[in-house]
Amino acid sequence: MGELKLMKGNEAIAEAAIRAGVDAYFGYPITPQSEVIEYLSSQKPEERTGMVLLQAESEVASINMVYGAAGSGKKVMTTSSSPGISLMQEGLSYIAGAELPCVVANVVRGGPGLGTIQPSQADYFQATKGGGHGDYKLIVLAPASVQEMADFIPLAFDLAFKYRNPALILSDGMIGQMMEKVELFDQVPRRTEEEIKKTCPWATTGKPKTRERNIITSLYLDPGTQEQHNYKLQKKYRKMEEDEIRYEKIECDDAEYLFVAYGSSARIAQKAIQLGRKKGMKIGLLRPITLYPFPVPQIREMIPRLKGILSVEMSAGQMIEDVRLAVGDKIPAEHFGRLGGIIHSPTEILEALEQKIIGG
Amino acid sequence: MRDEMLKDIISEENLVYKKTDLMTDNVLSYCPGCGHGTAHRIIMEVVDEMGLQEETIGIAPVGCSVLAYEFMNIDMQQAAHGRAPALATGIKKTWPEKFVFTYQGDGDLAAIGTAETLHACNRGENILIVFINNGIYGMTGGQMAPTTLSGMKTSTTPFGRDTALMGNPLKITELVAELPGTQFVTRQAVHTPAAVRKAKKAIKKSIELQRSGNSGTTFVEIVSNCNSGWKLPPVQANKWMVENMFPFYPLGDIKVNGELVK
Amino acid sequence: MAKVKGAVIVDTERCKGCEVCIDACPTDVLAMSKEVNSKGYHYSFMANPDACIGCANCAIVCPDGVITVYKKKLDQ
Repeated sequence: MGELKLMKGNEAIAEAAIRAGVDAYFGYPITPQSEVIEYLSSQKPEERTGMVLLQAESEVASINMVYGAAGSGKKVMTTSSSPGISLMQEGLSYIAGAELPCVVANVVRGGPGLGTIQPSQADYFQATKGGGHGDYKLIVLAPASVQEMADFIPLAFDLAFKYRNPALILSDGMIGQMMEKVELFDQVPRRTEEEIKKTCPWATTGKPKTRERNIITSLYLDPGTQEQHNYKLQKKYRKMEEDEIRYEKIECDDAEYLFVAYGSSARIAQKAIQLGRKKGMKIGLLRPITLYPFPVPQIREMIPRLKGILSVEMSAGQMIEDVRLAVGDKIPAEHFGRLGGIIHSPTEILEALEQKIIGG
Repeated sequence: MRDEMLKDIISEENLVYKKTDLMTDNVLSYCPGCGHGTAHRIIMEVVDEMGLQEETIGIAPVGCSVLAYEFMNIDMQQAAHGRAPALATGIKKTWPEKFVFTYQGDGDLAAIGTAETLHACNRGENILIVFINNGIYGMTGGQMAPTTLSGMKTSTTPFGRDTALMGNPLKITELVAELPGTQFVTRQAVHTPAAVRKAKKAIKKSIELQRSGNSGTTFVEIVSNCNSGWKLPPVQANKWMVENMFPFYPLGDIKVNGELVK
Repeated sequence: MAKVKGAVIVDTERCKGCEVCIDACPTDVLAMSKEVNSKGYHYSFMANPDACIGCANCAIVCPDGVITVYKKKLDQ
């Protein structure tokens, strides 16, 4: 059994980064996730593992420092919250275009604009549909506990390096700020420079006589070449959709009604299920763990046994679009959510199910 | 008789100058007479002479030199507009033994990338920033740059840069020299053989400082021509540069060994 | 007394005819050709080869790196 600690979600991200053998963290403070860089600063990661820690001048600089280090084969990450993640979209588009592995965590707060510092899930579209310019996808993982905040760091890096694609951990201010028991995994050593050169032969590590120069770029001026590059990216995304869908099913065996909810909303939806089941309602929960790739086949497979689906998220209705793409018009699929940083209560989720699906 | 004499001279043992192998055989995408090619070549000559190909990582900007990686035979990354110093920071912090440099134009470095430039210099990142200043946006067709001279005509200042409206030309090199993080700041040119030799020395000095682990940013501005943007033939463009750019952007060392040159 | 004699070879296909080398030559060796290369550029050539001293100034300022320079001490 690993070391047990009581930690905030943000601290769990930071501790996991050190333990996962991350080479560098570049970041800029923003509420509600500043504990990530504060915790890292307190830990002297340069002494613990040799990990580089730098507070950059902006989120724009942070993500581009990530680009540089990732392009040189390093395991590198940043974290931010919604307005800061918006600033990173340019960099993320370049990183996706240049096919670099890195991890970014978004501890989402309410928007649009400066919004509020309270938790929200209104960055779903930005996270799962690309976010910046051009045809690209991020691998998106949605933790629902402090434990998963820690565990998804190495998982996100594994996926990022497997596909040479940025991976995003989409959490929110609630998971980031709440404290829970975490079982921490053991320290993984950082890779040596020789290991990096061997496992990342594409990286800019200095050109020896024995190979051609390595170039990290997202520029393909010739449209034919650009189209081929896009096909290559699309092929990668189809592969992710085949192999990387992750989800959790709770009380689904006999369910007639299904909540689809991720992250904080999934926690609260579980309470709503308990309340509903006490009233004799057969409700289950499908919790997408990967928001991209989205568990479309898993939802489709359940449709014949279901009477309706309620997508529960702290937004005006974003994930519902993916749910409806999966469901079509076969059964009713509706959205319920609170906006602007307000977390829904289990009771109002249950009421929404009754009004929008059962009564509807 | 003459042909025989030439045959006698043109042989390997009499070779005095040849393009370095660290420049690729790709035809440069620059306009005839553009200083970019010379600036590329002298950096690669120094890297070659110092035997640092395997230790070098370069960053290309957005601008005319966006394709610099097609011409320099080294590992390179292409940055988003203005972000090269951030990439260089990420690389140098995680590969401290490597020689890391950025190659940026005036729009990239002194407009959209001002924050990245100033903060990399202020942190004293142990990188070399090569800054090509031709006072214009070349790649997009000759629009005003932050370094466009007062009264200078560009496609977005067709009646001359009006400083009351558009601000003053930015001497960013003097600005970064003021920061404690920079150790060597100089302004050079590549329009004459003597200027090229001096600029090459400045590049070499910068690389040596970085290799010695001497902490601090080195910053080499190269005032260059933009024949297409200035709408002048190359030789006249160089003359115009001497007469108009150099008085405002005087050549020479601005900061040496961390001390401003008086 | 030894006399220094130089010669240059211009990669005419890569020359863009900018004339910067002509301006840099101290002994007026170079001139632009009447012919053009396959991109239509007039290219630099040794119009006055006897005057070349192999100083390499032309090659040093050539933005496209198309000039190779040779030099030999000739016995009189």
